[in-house]
Parts: sequence; structure tokens; C-alpha cells
Amino acid sequence: MAQGKRCRLSDTKPGDRFRIEKVDVPDPVLKRRLLDLGFVPGGEVKVGQRSPLGDPTAYRVCGTTIALRKEESDYIYGETIDHDG
Amino acid sequence: MMDKTYTVALMGNPNTGKSTLFNVLTGLRQHTGNWPGKTVTHAEGECRHRGTLYRIVDLPGTYSLYSNSADEEVARDFLLFQRPDVTIVVVDATALERNLNLALQVLEMTDRVIIAINLMDEAKKKGIHINTKKLAAKLGVPVVPISARNREGIDALLDTVDAMAHGRINTNPLSIRYSPEIERGIAKLLPLVKDVMGDTYPARWIALRLLDGDTSLLQALKQPPQPLIKEGNAYACCGSVKSV
Ligand SMILES: Nc1nc2c(ncn2[C@@H]2O[C@H](COP(=O)(O)OP(=O)(O)OP(=O)(O)O)[C@@H](O)[C@H]2O)c(=O)[nH]1
Ligand SMILES: [Mg+2]
Repeated sequence: MAQGKRCRLSDTKPGDRFRIEKVDVPDPVLKRRLLDLGFVPGGEVKVGQRSPLGDPTAYRVCGTTIALRKEESDYIYGETIDHDG
Repeated sequence: MMDKTYTVALMGNPNTGKSTLFNVLTGLRQHTGNWPGKTVTHAEGECRHRGTLYRIVDLPGTYSLYSNSADEEVARDFLLFQRPDVTIVVVDATALERNLNLALQVLEMTDRVIIAINLMDEAKKKGIHINTKKLAAKLGVPVVPISARNREGIDALLDTVDAMAHGRINTNPLSIRYSPEIERGIAKLLPLVKDVMGDTYPARWIALRLLDGDTSLLQALKQPPQPLIKEGNAYACCGSVKSV
């Protein structure tokens, strides 16, 4: 695992802990939705399981598990800060 | 003499115990209904407390009112067009940070809000202590800790509803200050919004939504379920949006 490297949330693996730096979405409605779901800059995400088909992936954020598709997690930038499990 | 029936809306994030609270409040006198023109259902029931009859409305759980899903539009439109006498925002005591996002959005729309912090039993188990007095002071509205499943705090909540419905509580909801640029936009739009819509709607909130380019809201305002917009002026409102 590449610790401290800047990447997209979609590049992470199950078990990773990820800190969000930027939510950079061209579509303002999707941006709003991601922010409302708790994906805010400075926030921490724990990467959960991927669905059997590889998409979507479960993310633990702000105390709740939220599933995102790759088209959504692609727009969330930050760094992997840790890995467990 | 016919006493007034007050409408109380239950809002909150998904899974915060709204329906559990709804069932506690309404007992078995509940029925579900379809919101006109929407596929999303909401439940309605009655509750009597200290001689006053309340119509309790259980709205769909949402994280926001702005992402334009059908559920969010139902919740938003209910606040906007039905204008409940009291809105209870049910928040999860174990995930306050997440839950307060919606609470703050509701506070921008109406000042008749009570925050019910539910799942207090879970919070206690997890060693989470919540300073409800301080939270109430910061948010400017009453905050009542409850545990809906254990029927704890329900009387205190209903007493607060009673006091708010009968105008015995003055709230001072936290108003978020935005960047100078956005505040300038609001200041510019505010008189126009008030001119077109009168005092029926929360003008500052409408101005903010216009600045955000919320087309779903414009759509709803053009065809409100009740004729609340002043006749003849609806177009002026929609026309002025582009010029900002
Ligand atoms: N521990 C605990 N659990 C509660 C409490 N209130 C509700 N629950 C549980 O929380 C879960 C969700 O409750 P609901 O009432 O369905 O939540 P809701 O807000 O209506 O959910 P949506 O309609 O999906 O938004 C259920 O399993 C309830 O039993 C409480 O005070 N304490
Ligand atoms: Mg429910």
C-alpha cells in the first residue's frame, strides 16, 4: 500500500483509511450529493468491501456506511493514511 | 368551539428512528398515504397531548434537501408548502456531525424547529456525552434528548411541541454566514424574492437556492400544490434568476 500518496478514493483497497482533500466534481448536483453524504474535505473514510462485481464499494464515513460507484469515488481526491485488516 | 389541529413534521437522516417515534406518538391511529404526484409514501397519524390534537407526519429520511432525489423533494416541499407548525428533526445521538447537516438546512427554512436527539441509550452505551443545553444555545432552538424505542423523553418532547405550537417559545435559529460574494448575491436577490413571493416563503433561503441554480426548486415553485405565489408575478421571479 502506498502510504501518504495522493490518489483518488477509487484507487484505494478494502481496509484502507483515506483522508479527503478535495471533492472535485464537474456536475454540481453530484458534488452536492457527495458532500451531503459526508464526503467532505478533511473527513476520513474507511474503505469497506467491494461488491462481488467490483462495483460499488462500501465506505464508512461520518459513522455510516455509504456505497459509491467508481464514477463517484473517482472525483474524491486525498491520501491513504493507514491500512488495517 | 373547534380547537385548531397543529401539524408536526418528523424529519431526519435515514434510520434515525423517525418511524419509531411516529409510532410511539400516534399509537395505532396511523395510516399511510401517497403524497400527490409522488411515488414516495409518507405516514400520517394523530396524537393528543394536554388537550391539543396534533397531526403527525413522518417524512422520508434524507441526508439533505438539495440533492434532488424524490425523497428529498417530498421533504423539502412539505416544509415549504405545508408549512408545519412544528418540525421535529430527529437526529442520531451517535452520529451528530453527520446528522446536523440536515438540521442546519432545516433551520435555514423555518424557525419552528425542535431537535430531538434520539438513540440516547446507544450514545450512553458508547460513552458519548451530549451537552444538550449548549447545543440548544448554539442552534437557537430547543434540543430534547429521547430514546424513542424505550419511550424515554417523549413527554418532555411533547411538552416542547405544545409550547412551540402555542407560541410560547421564541427561537433564534443559527443563521449561517456565507462568503462575501455569496452574501452580496443574497442581498441583491432578497428584495426581489420578497417582492415576488411576499412573506409566504423563507426569502433568504430562496435567494440561496436561486444562487445555487436549484432548478428543481424553481419547478416546484412554479407549480406549488397550493396557490401560495402571488398571481401574475411568478414569471418575474424565474426571469430574474438568470440575470444574477
Ligand atoms: N437503541 C435504539 N434504537 C432505536 C431507537 N429508536 C429507533 N431505534 C431503532 O433504529 C432503527 C431505525 O428505526 P426507524 O424508526 O425505522 O428509523 P427511520 O428514521 O424511520 O428510518 P427511515 O424511514 O429509513 O429513514 C430500528 O431498528 C429501531 O428499532 C432508540 O431510541 N434506541
Ligand atoms: Mg421511517
